[in-house]
Amino acid sequence: MILNEEFRLKIGLAEMLKGGVIMDVTTPEQAAIAEKAGACAVMALERVPSDIRKDGGVARMSPVSMIRGIMAEVSIPVMAKARIGHYMEARVLEALEVDYIDESEVLTPADEDNHIDKRPFKVPFVCGAKNLGEALRRISEGAAMIRTKGEAGSGNIVEAVRHMRTIQREMKQLTVLSHDELYAEAKRHQAPIELIEYVAANGKLPVPNFSAGGVATPADAALMMAMGAETVFVGSGIFKSHDPARFAKAIVKATTYWKDPAKVMEACDEVGVSEPMRGLDTSKLPAEELMANRGW
Amino acid sequence: MAHIGVLALQGDYEKHARSLERAGAQVSEVRTAAELNAVEGLVIPGGESTTMLKLLDRESLFEPLREFGATKPIFGTCAGAILLATKVENPEQVSLGLVDIGVRRNAYGRQLDSRVVSIDADGFGALEAVFIRAPIIRTVGPGVTVLARYNGDPVLVEQGLHLVATFHPELSTDDRVHAYFVKKVTG
Repeated sequence: MILNEEFRLKIGLAEMLKGGVIMDVTTPEQAAIAEKAGACAVMALERVPSDIRKDGGVARMSPVSMIRGIMAEVSIPVMAKARIGHYMEARVLEALEVDYIDESEVLTPADEDNHIDKRPFKVPFVCGAKNLGEALRRISEGAAMIRTKGEAGSGNIVEAVRHMRTIQREMKQLTVLSHDELYAEAKRHQAPIELIEYVAANGKLPVPNFSAGGVATPADAALMMAMGAETVFVGSGIFKSHDPARFAKAIVKATTYWKDPAKVMEACDEVGVSEPMRGLDTSKLPAEELMANRGW
Repeated sequence: MAHIGVLALQGDYEKHARSLERAGAQVSEVRTAAELNAVEGLVIPGGESTTMLKLLDRESLFEPLREFGATKPIFGTCAGAILLATKVENPEQVSLGLVDIGVRRNAYGRQLDSRVVSIDADGFGALEAVFIRAPIIRTVGPGVTVLARYNGDPVLVEQGLHLVATFHPELSTDDRVHAYFVKKVTG
Protein backbone atom coordinates (compact mmCIF):
# COMPACT_ATOMS: atom_id res chain seq x y z
CA MET A 1 0.00 0.00 0.00
CA ILE A 2 1.24 3.48 -0.74
CA LEU A 3 -0.09 5.06 2.46
CA ASN A 4 3.34 6.20 3.63
CA GLU A 5 4.08 9.47 5.43
CA GLU A 6 4.39 11.58 2.30
CA PHE A 7 1.16 10.21 0.86
CA ARG A 8 -0.64 10.90 4.16
CA LEU A 9 0.47 14.54 3.95
CA LYS A 10 -0.82 14.77 0.40
CA ILE A 11 -4.18 13.34 1.46
CA GLY A 12 -4.09 15.76 4.42
CA LEU A 13 -4.58 18.85 2.27
CA ALA A 14 -7.42 17.14 0.43
CA GLU A 15 -9.06 16.51 3.82
CA MET A 16 -8.86 20.27 4.55
CA LEU A 17 -10.87 21.00 1.39
CA LYS A 18 -13.81 18.80 2.39
CA GLY A 19 -17.28 20.26 2.53
CA GLY A 20 -16.11 23.15 0.38
CA VAL A 21 -16.26 24.43 -3.18
CA ILE A 22 -13.26 24.68 -5.51
CA MET A 23 -13.82 27.25 -8.24
CA ASP A 24 -12.25 27.67 -11.68
CA VAL A 25 -10.84 31.19 -12.12
CA THR A 26 -8.98 32.79 -15.03
CA THR A 27 -7.86 36.12 -13.50
CA PRO A 28 -6.83 37.50 -10.07
CA GLU A 29 -10.11 39.46 -10.07
CA GLN A 30 -12.13 36.26 -10.43
CA ALA A 31 -9.98 34.62 -7.74
CA ALA A 32 -10.85 37.47 -5.37
CA ILE A 33 -14.57 37.01 -6.12
CA ALA A 34 -14.24 33.26 -5.46
CA GLU A 35 -12.39 33.75 -2.16
CA LYS A 36 -14.89 36.38 -1.01
CA ALA A 37 -17.76 34.01 -1.83
CA GLY A 38 -16.21 31.36 0.43
CA ALA A 39 -14.37 29.05 -2.01
CA CYS A 40 -12.01 26.70 -0.13
CA ALA A 41 -9.58 26.71 -3.09
CA VAL A 42 -9.34 28.00 -6.63
CA MET A 43 -8.28 26.30 -9.86
CA ALA A 44 -6.18 28.69 -11.95
CA LEU A 45 -6.68 28.15 -15.67
CA GLU A 46 -6.48 30.19 -18.83
CA ARG A 47 -9.97 29.44 -20.15
CA VAL A 48 -12.91 27.82 -18.39
CA PRO A 49 -13.90 24.43 -19.89
CA SER A 50 -16.90 25.76 -21.82
CA ASP A 51 -14.60 28.20 -23.68
CA ILE A 52 -12.05 25.45 -24.32
CA ARG A 53 -14.89 23.39 -25.80
CA LYS A 54 -16.03 26.32 -27.96
CA ASP A 55 -12.57 27.47 -29.11
CA GLY A 56 -11.21 24.03 -30.00
CA GLY A 57 -7.49 23.67 -30.71
CA VAL A 58 -4.99 22.37 -28.18
CA ALA A 59 -5.59 23.29 -24.53
CA ARG A 60 -2.38 23.44 -22.46
CA MET A 61 -1.09 24.39 -19.01
CA SER A 62 -1.85 28.05 -18.20
CA PRO A 63 0.87 30.73 -18.40
CA VAL A 64 3.11 30.86 -15.34
CA SER A 65 2.59 34.61 -14.91
CA MET A 66 -1.18 34.16 -14.83
CA ILE A 67 -1.02 31.38 -12.19
CA ARG A 68 1.47 33.43 -10.16
CA GLY A 69 -0.86 36.44 -10.26
CA ILE A 70 -3.68 34.32 -8.83
CA MET A 71 -1.40 32.83 -6.14
CA ALA A 72 -0.45 36.36 -5.08
CA GLU A 73 -4.10 37.44 -4.91
CA VAL A 74 -5.63 34.88 -2.53
CA SER A 75 -4.74 33.20 0.78
CA ILE A 76 -6.65 29.98 0.00
CA PRO A 77 -4.92 27.09 -1.85
CA VAL A 78 -4.36 27.42 -5.60
CA MET A 79 -4.53 24.45 -7.97
CA ALA A 80 -3.48 24.35 -11.62
CA LYS A 81 -3.95 21.88 -14.47
CA ALA A 82 -1.39 19.84 -16.38
CA ARG A 83 -2.19 17.79 -19.49
CA ILE A 84 -2.66 14.03 -19.03
CA GLY A 85 0.81 12.46 -19.20
CA HIS A 86 2.64 15.80 -19.48
CA TYR A 87 4.97 15.36 -16.53
CA MET A 88 7.05 18.34 -17.58
CA GLU A 89 4.09 20.69 -17.18
CA ALA A 90 3.60 19.08 -13.76
CA ARG A 91 7.25 19.70 -12.85
CA VAL A 92 6.85 23.35 -13.88
CA LEU A 93 3.76 23.67 -11.68
CA GLU A 94 5.60 22.04 -8.79
CA ALA A 95 8.50 24.46 -9.23
CA LEU A 96 5.94 27.28 -9.13
CA GLU A 97 4.73 25.87 -5.76
CA VAL A 98 1.06 25.52 -6.63
CA ASP A 99 -0.77 23.70 -3.82
CA TYR A 100 -2.29 20.96 -6.00
CA ILE A 101 -1.93 19.76 -9.59
CA ASP A 102 -4.96 18.55 -11.54
CA GLU A 103 -3.91 16.08 -14.24
CA SER A 104 -6.94 16.98 -16.26
CA GLU A 105 -8.92 15.66 -19.20
CA VAL A 106 -10.11 19.26 -19.74
CA LEU A 107 -6.72 19.94 -21.37
CA THR A 108 -5.65 18.10 -24.52
CA PRO A 109 -3.87 14.86 -23.50
CA ALA A 110 -0.12 14.79 -24.12
CA ASP A 111 0.33 11.01 -23.80
CA GLU A 112 -2.22 8.55 -25.19
CA ASP A 113 -0.99 5.64 -23.07
CA ASN A 114 0.54 6.88 -19.84
CA HIS A 115 -0.70 9.14 -17.10
CA ILE A 116 1.87 11.04 -15.03
CA ASP A 117 3.76 8.94 -12.47
CA LYS A 118 2.62 11.08 -9.55
CA ARG A 119 4.47 9.31 -6.75
CA PRO A 120 7.87 11.06 -7.13
CA PHE A 121 6.24 14.50 -6.80
CA LYS A 122 6.02 16.31 -3.48
CA VAL A 123 2.98 18.30 -4.60
CA PRO A 124 -0.31 16.36 -4.37
CA PHE A 125 -2.33 15.50 -7.47
CA VAL A 126 -6.04 15.28 -8.17
CA CYS A 127 -7.26 13.17 -11.11
CA GLY A 128 -10.60 12.51 -12.76
CA ALA A 129 -12.37 9.14 -12.93
CA LYS A 130 -15.54 7.74 -14.50
CA ASN A 131 -15.55 4.46 -12.61
CA LEU A 132 -13.86 2.65 -9.74
CA GLY A 133 -11.14 1.02 -11.82
CA GLU A 134 -10.05 4.36 -13.25
CA ALA A 135 -10.05 5.93 -9.76
CA LEU A 136 -7.90 3.12 -8.32
CA ARG A 137 -5.45 3.24 -11.25
CA ARG A 138 -4.94 6.95 -10.61
CA ILE A 139 -4.46 6.33 -6.87
CA SER A 140 -1.91 3.62 -7.63
CA GLU A 141 -0.02 6.21 -9.70
CA GLY A 142 -0.04 8.50 -6.64
CA ALA A 143 -3.17 10.68 -6.94
CA ALA A 144 -4.14 11.95 -3.45
CA MET A 145 -7.64 12.98 -4.43
CA ILE A 146 -10.13 11.73 -6.99
CA ARG A 147 -12.86 13.74 -8.67
CA THR A 148 -15.58 12.19 -10.74
CA LYS A 149 -15.10 13.57 -14.24
CA GLY A 150 -18.62 14.53 -15.21
CA GLU A 151 -18.53 16.44 -18.49
CA ALA A 152 -16.60 19.67 -18.03
CA GLY A 153 -18.02 22.81 -19.60
CA SER A 154 -21.41 21.20 -20.27
CA GLY A 155 -23.44 22.79 -17.46
CA ASN A 156 -25.24 19.43 -17.45
CA ILE A 157 -25.09 17.38 -14.24
CA VAL A 158 -26.06 14.05 -15.83
CA GLU A 159 -22.50 12.84 -16.48
CA ALA A 160 -21.33 13.77 -12.97
CA VAL A 161 -24.27 11.81 -11.57
CA ARG A 162 -23.51 8.82 -13.81
CA HIS A 163 -19.86 8.72 -12.71
CA MET A 164 -20.63 9.20 -9.00
CA ARG A 165 -23.38 6.54 -9.10
CA THR A 166 -21.02 4.15 -10.89
CA ILE A 167 -18.17 4.57 -8.41
CA GLN A 168 -20.45 4.34 -5.37
CA ARG A 169 -22.19 1.23 -6.73
CA GLU A 170 -18.93 -0.49 -7.62
CA MET A 171 -17.56 0.24 -4.14
CA LYS A 172 -20.69 -1.11 -2.41
CA GLN A 173 -20.53 -4.29 -4.49
CA LEU A 174 -16.97 -5.00 -3.33
CA THR A 175 -17.97 -4.77 0.35
CA VAL A 176 -20.29 -7.79 0.12
CA LEU A 177 -17.88 -10.14 -1.65
CA SER A 178 -15.71 -12.71 0.08
CA HIS A 179 -11.95 -12.32 -0.12
CA ASP A 180 -11.43 -15.10 -2.66
CA GLU A 181 -13.66 -13.20 -5.10
CA LEU A 182 -11.57 -10.02 -4.96
CA TYR A 183 -8.82 -11.21 -7.33
CA ALA A 184 -11.29 -11.52 -10.18
CA GLU A 185 -12.60 -8.05 -9.25
CA ALA A 186 -9.05 -6.69 -9.50
CA LYS A 187 -8.92 -8.20 -12.99
CA ARG A 188 -12.36 -6.83 -13.91
CA HIS A 189 -11.61 -3.31 -12.65
CA GLN A 190 -8.02 -3.46 -13.93
CA ALA A 191 -6.80 -2.17 -10.59
CA PRO A 192 -4.21 -3.33 -8.01
CA ILE A 193 -5.50 -6.01 -5.61
CA GLU A 194 -4.30 -4.02 -2.55
CA LEU A 195 -6.58 -1.12 -3.48
CA ILE A 196 -9.48 -3.45 -4.26
CA GLU A 197 -8.98 -5.00 -0.79
CA TYR A 198 -8.95 -1.53 0.80
CA VAL A 199 -12.27 -0.59 -0.82
CA ALA A 200 -13.81 -3.98 0.07
CA ALA A 201 -12.85 -3.48 3.72
CA ASN A 202 -13.72 0.22 4.04
CA GLY A 203 -16.45 0.83 1.46
CA LYS A 204 -14.68 3.97 0.32
CA LEU A 205 -11.61 5.17 -1.55
CA PRO A 206 -8.39 5.58 0.46
CA VAL A 207 -8.36 9.25 -0.68
CA PRO A 208 -11.10 11.91 -0.66
CA ASN A 209 -13.65 11.64 -3.47
CA PHE A 210 -14.84 14.92 -4.95
CA SER A 211 -17.21 15.76 -7.77
CA ALA A 212 -16.65 17.80 -10.93
CA GLY A 213 -17.97 18.45 -14.41
CA GLY A 214 -21.39 19.97 -14.95
CA VAL A 215 -22.33 21.70 -11.68
CA ALA A 216 -24.24 24.88 -12.61
CA THR A 217 -26.69 25.58 -9.75
CA PRO A 218 -26.79 25.39 -5.92
CA ALA A 219 -29.10 22.37 -6.20
CA ASP A 220 -26.60 20.61 -8.51
CA ALA A 221 -23.87 21.07 -5.89
CA ALA A 222 -26.12 19.81 -3.06
CA LEU A 223 -27.14 16.80 -5.20
CA MET A 224 -23.52 15.74 -5.69
CA MET A 225 -22.85 16.07 -1.93
CA ALA A 226 -25.92 13.94 -1.20
CA MET A 227 -24.63 11.29 -3.61
CA GLY A 228 -21.38 10.99 -1.70
CA ALA A 229 -19.10 13.73 -3.03
CA GLU A 230 -16.96 15.21 -0.26
CA THR A 231 -16.31 18.51 -2.06
CA VAL A 232 -17.51 20.07 -5.30
CA PHE A 233 -15.49 21.56 -8.15
CA VAL A 234 -17.33 24.22 -10.13
CA GLY A 235 -15.78 25.13 -13.45
CA SER A 236 -17.71 27.15 -15.97
CA GLY A 237 -20.78 27.16 -13.70
CA ILE A 238 -19.76 30.29 -11.82
CA PHE A 239 -18.07 32.65 -14.25
CA LYS A 240 -20.33 31.66 -17.17
CA SER A 241 -23.44 32.37 -15.11
CA HIS A 242 -25.08 35.77 -15.39
CA ASP A 243 -24.16 36.76 -11.82
CA PRO A 244 -20.90 35.03 -10.75
CA ALA A 245 -20.63 36.55 -7.24
CA ARG A 246 -24.17 35.45 -6.31
CA PHE A 247 -23.86 32.00 -7.87
CA ALA A 248 -20.52 31.46 -6.11
CA LYS A 249 -21.91 32.41 -2.70
CA ALA A 250 -25.11 30.39 -3.16
CA ILE A 251 -23.24 27.27 -4.31
CA VAL A 252 -20.98 27.49 -1.22
CA LYS A 253 -24.04 27.65 1.03
CA ALA A 254 -25.80 24.74 -0.71
CA THR A 255 -22.63 22.62 -0.43
CA THR A 256 -22.24 23.20 3.33
CA TYR A 257 -25.95 22.78 4.11
CA TRP A 258 -26.85 20.03 1.60
CA LYS A 259 -28.52 17.96 4.33
CA ASP A 260 -31.06 20.74 5.04
CA PRO A 261 -33.52 21.30 2.15
CA ALA A 262 -34.71 24.62 3.67
CA LYS A 263 -31.14 25.97 3.49
CA VAL A 264 -30.65 24.65 -0.06
CA MET A 265 -33.90 26.41 -0.97
CA GLU A 266 -32.51 29.65 0.53
CA ALA A 267 -29.36 29.17 -1.55
CA CYS A 268 -31.43 28.64 -4.72
CA ASP A 269 -33.44 31.76 -3.85
CA GLU A 270 -30.27 33.83 -3.38
CA VAL A 271 -29.52 33.73 -7.10
CA GLY A 272 -32.98 35.19 -7.74
CA VAL A 273 -33.89 34.95 -11.41
CA SER A 274 -30.27 35.23 -12.58
CA GLU A 275 -29.62 32.62 -15.22
CA PRO A 276 -27.12 29.82 -14.70
CA MET A 277 -24.69 29.02 -17.52
CA ARG A 278 -26.32 27.69 -20.65
CA GLY A 279 -26.19 23.89 -20.66
CA LEU A 280 -25.46 21.33 -23.35
CA ASP A 281 -27.36 18.12 -24.03
CA THR A 282 -24.39 15.77 -23.58
CA SER A 283 -26.31 12.84 -25.16
CA LYS A 284 -26.21 14.76 -28.48
CA LEU A 285 -22.44 15.28 -28.34
CA PRO A 286 -20.33 12.96 -30.53
CA ALA A 287 -18.12 10.62 -28.45
CA GLU A 288 -14.92 12.30 -29.67
CA GLU A 289 -16.09 15.60 -28.19
CA LEU A 290 -16.59 14.18 -24.68
CA MET A 291 -13.70 15.26 -22.45
CA ALA A 292 -14.55 12.47 -19.97
CA ASN A 293 -13.36 9.86 -22.51
CA ARG A 294 -9.80 11.19 -22.35
CA GLY A 295 -7.49 9.09 -20.16
CA TRP A 296 -8.12 5.43 -19.24
CA MET B 1 -20.55 10.22 28.01
CA ALA B 2 -19.41 13.66 26.85
CA HIS B 3 -21.46 15.05 23.95
CA ILE B 4 -19.06 16.98 21.75
CA GLY B 5 -19.84 18.89 18.56
CA VAL B 6 -17.59 19.35 15.53
CA LEU B 7 -18.10 22.57 13.59
CA ALA B 8 -18.92 21.15 10.14
CA LEU B 9 -19.09 24.23 7.92
CA GLN B 10 -16.01 23.17 5.97
CA GLY B 11 -12.77 21.25 6.60
CA ASP B 12 -11.69 17.89 8.04
CA TYR B 13 -14.59 17.60 10.48
CA GLU B 14 -15.09 13.90 9.75
CA LYS B 15 -11.54 13.07 10.84
CA HIS B 16 -12.15 14.91 14.12
CA ALA B 17 -15.45 13.08 14.62
CA ARG B 18 -13.71 9.70 14.24
CA SER B 19 -10.89 10.70 16.65
CA LEU B 20 -13.40 11.93 19.26
CA GLU B 21 -15.44 8.73 18.96
CA ARG B 22 -12.31 6.64 19.49
CA ALA B 23 -11.55 8.85 22.54
CA GLY B 24 -14.96 7.90 23.98
CA ALA B 25 -17.20 10.87 23.13
CA GLN B 26 -20.64 11.07 21.57
CA VAL B 27 -20.22 13.28 18.49
CA SER B 28 -22.57 15.56 16.51
CA GLU B 29 -21.88 17.75 13.50
CA VAL B 30 -22.67 21.41 14.20
CA ARG B 31 -23.84 23.77 11.45
CA THR B 32 -26.49 25.87 13.26
CA ALA B 33 -26.91 27.70 16.59
CA ALA B 34 -29.49 25.11 17.69
CA GLU B 35 -27.03 22.26 17.05
CA LEU B 36 -24.35 24.22 18.94
CA ASN B 37 -26.55 24.63 21.99
CA ALA B 38 -27.11 20.85 22.19
CA VAL B 39 -23.42 20.01 22.83
CA GLU B 40 -21.11 20.35 25.86
CA GLY B 41 -17.86 21.05 24.01
CA LEU B 42 -16.86 21.95 20.45
CA VAL B 43 -14.03 21.18 18.05
CA ILE B 44 -13.23 23.72 15.33
CA PRO B 45 -11.43 21.64 12.67
CA GLY B 46 -8.73 22.32 10.12
CA GLY B 47 -9.80 23.71 6.78
CA GLU B 48 -9.86 27.16 5.26
CA SER B 49 -10.39 29.78 7.98
CA THR B 50 -11.56 32.39 5.44
CA THR B 51 -14.29 30.03 4.20
CA MET B 52 -15.40 29.23 7.76
CA LEU B 53 -15.43 32.93 8.73
CA LYS B 54 -17.66 33.79 5.79
CA LEU B 55 -20.15 31.07 6.65
CA LEU B 56 -20.09 31.98 10.37
CA ASP B 57 -20.88 35.56 9.42
CA ARG B 58 -23.62 34.76 6.88
CA GLU B 59 -25.31 32.23 9.14
CA SER B 60 -25.04 34.55 12.19
CA LEU B 61 -23.02 31.98 14.17
CA PHE B 62 -20.24 34.30 15.31
CA GLU B 63 -21.87 35.59 18.51
CA PRO B 64 -23.40 32.20 19.49
CA LEU B 65 -19.89 30.70 19.23
CA ARG B 66 -18.41 33.46 21.39
CA GLU B 67 -21.10 32.95 24.01
CA PHE B 68 -20.59 29.17 23.89
CA GLY B 69 -16.86 29.67 24.46
CA ALA B 70 -17.50 31.81 27.54
CA THR B 71 -18.72 28.78 29.48
CA LYS B 72 -17.87 25.65 27.47
CA PRO B 73 -14.61 24.13 26.15
CA ILE B 74 -13.48 24.60 22.53
CA PHE B 75 -10.59 22.78 20.84
CA GLY B 76 -9.28 24.44 17.68
CA THR B 77 -6.79 22.87 15.25
CA CYS B 78 -5.03 24.81 12.48
CA ALA B 79 -7.89 26.89 10.98
CA GLY B 80 -9.62 26.41 14.35
CA ALA B 81 -6.57 27.90 16.09
CA ILE B 82 -6.82 30.91 13.78
CA LEU B 83 -10.52 31.36 14.63
CA LEU B 84 -9.89 31.13 18.41
CA ALA B 85 -6.99 33.63 18.47
CA THR B 86 -7.15 37.24 19.64
CA LYS B 87 -5.06 38.55 16.73
CA VAL B 88 -4.55 37.20 13.16
CA GLU B 89 -2.13 38.39 10.47
CA ASN B 90 -1.21 37.46 6.83
CA PRO B 91 -3.82 38.69 6.07
CA GLU B 92 -5.44 40.34 9.09
CA GLN B 93 -8.88 38.90 9.77
CA VAL B 94 -11.49 38.85 12.49
CA SER B 95 -11.50 36.05 15.06
CA LEU B 96 -13.36 34.90 18.16
CA GLY B 97 -10.69 36.17 20.59
CA LEU B 98 -11.25 33.32 23.05
CA VAL B 99 -7.57 32.37 23.45
CA ASP B 100 -4.97 35.10 24.05
CA ILE B 101 -2.60 34.28 21.19
CA GLY B 102 -1.43 36.15 18.09
CA VAL B 103 -1.31 33.97 14.97
CA ARG B 104 0.29 34.30 11.54
CA ARG B 105 -1.50 32.34 8.77
CA ASN B 106 0.25 30.01 6.28
CA ALA B 107 3.48 30.86 8.07
CA TYR B 108 5.45 27.73 7.14
CA GLY B 109 4.84 28.39 3.45
CA ARG B 110 2.79 26.59 0.85
CA GLN B 111 1.86 22.90 0.67
CA LEU B 112 5.40 21.86 -0.26
CA ASP B 113 6.44 22.90 3.23
CA SER B 114 3.92 20.70 5.05
CA ARG B 115 5.48 18.00 7.22
CA VAL B 116 5.10 15.22 9.80
CA VAL B 117 7.38 15.61 12.85
CA SER B 118 7.69 14.29 16.39
CA ILE B 119 7.23 16.81 19.22
CA ASP B 120 7.57 16.52 22.97
CA ALA B 121 4.44 17.74 24.79
CA ASP B 122 3.99 18.40 28.53
CA GLY B 123 1.88 15.62 30.01
CA PHE B 124 1.90 13.61 26.75
CA GLY B 125 5.52 12.75 25.97
CA ALA B 126 6.32 12.19 22.29
CA LEU B 127 3.47 13.16 19.90
CA GLU B 128 3.26 12.91 16.14
CA ALA B 129 2.49 16.37 14.70
CA VAL B 130 1.14 16.72 11.14
CA PHE B 131 1.56 20.30 9.86
CA ILE B 132 -0.36 21.36 6.73
CA ARG B 133 -0.16 24.99 5.61
CA ALA B 134 0.03 25.64 9.34
CA PRO B 135 -0.22 28.97 11.15
CA ILE B 136 2.47 30.04 13.65
CA ILE B 137 1.60 31.27 17.12
CA ARG B 138 3.66 34.49 17.35
CA THR B 139 2.56 35.85 20.71
CA VAL B 140 1.19 34.20 23.84
CA GLY B 141 -0.69 36.12 26.58
CA PRO B 142 0.03 35.69 30.32
CA GLY B 143 -2.95 33.35 30.90
CA VAL B 144 -1.84 30.86 28.25
CA THR B 145 0.08 27.66 29.02
CA VAL B 146 2.36 26.32 26.28
CA LEU B 147 2.20 22.50 26.25
CA ALA B 148 4.46 21.89 23.25
CA ARG B 149 6.78 23.73 20.88
CA TYR B 150 8.24 22.97 17.46
CA ASN B 151 11.33 24.90 16.33
CA GLY B 152 10.81 27.16 19.35
CA ASP B 153 7.25 28.20 18.39
CA PRO B 154 4.27 27.15 20.52
CA VAL B 155 2.17 24.50 18.69
CA LEU B 156 -0.07 23.15 21.48
CA VAL B 157 -1.42 25.65 24.02
CA GLU B 158 -4.16 25.84 26.61
CA GLN B 159 -6.06 28.68 28.24
CA GLY B 160 -8.76 27.90 30.78
CA LEU B 161 -11.42 25.82 29.04
CA HIS B 162 -9.83 25.99 25.61
CA LEU B 163 -7.18 24.00 23.78
CA VAL B 164 -5.35 25.02 20.59
CA ALA B 165 -3.11 23.02 18.22
CA THR B 166 -1.53 24.41 15.05
CA PHE B 167 -1.00 20.82 13.87
CA HIS B 168 -3.57 18.09 13.12
CA PRO B 169 -3.89 15.40 15.82
CA GLU B 170 -6.99 14.18 13.93
CA LEU B 171 -4.76 13.05 11.04
CA SER B 172 -2.75 10.78 13.36
CA THR B 173 -3.91 7.45 14.76
CA ASP B 174 -2.80 8.63 18.21
CA ASP B 175 -5.94 9.95 19.98
CA ARG B 176 -4.34 11.22 23.20
CA VAL B 177 -4.89 14.92 22.46
CA HIS B 178 -8.56 14.26 21.71
CA ALA B 179 -8.83 12.15 24.89
CA TYR B 180 -7.35 15.10 26.82
CA PHE B 181 -10.01 17.41 25.35
CA VAL B 182 -12.79 14.93 26.13
CA LYS B 183 -11.57 15.01 29.75
CA LYS B 184 -11.72 18.82 29.73
CA VAL B 185 -15.35 18.59 28.63
CA THR B 186 -16.37 16.01 31.24
CA GLY B 187 -14.53 18.11 33.87
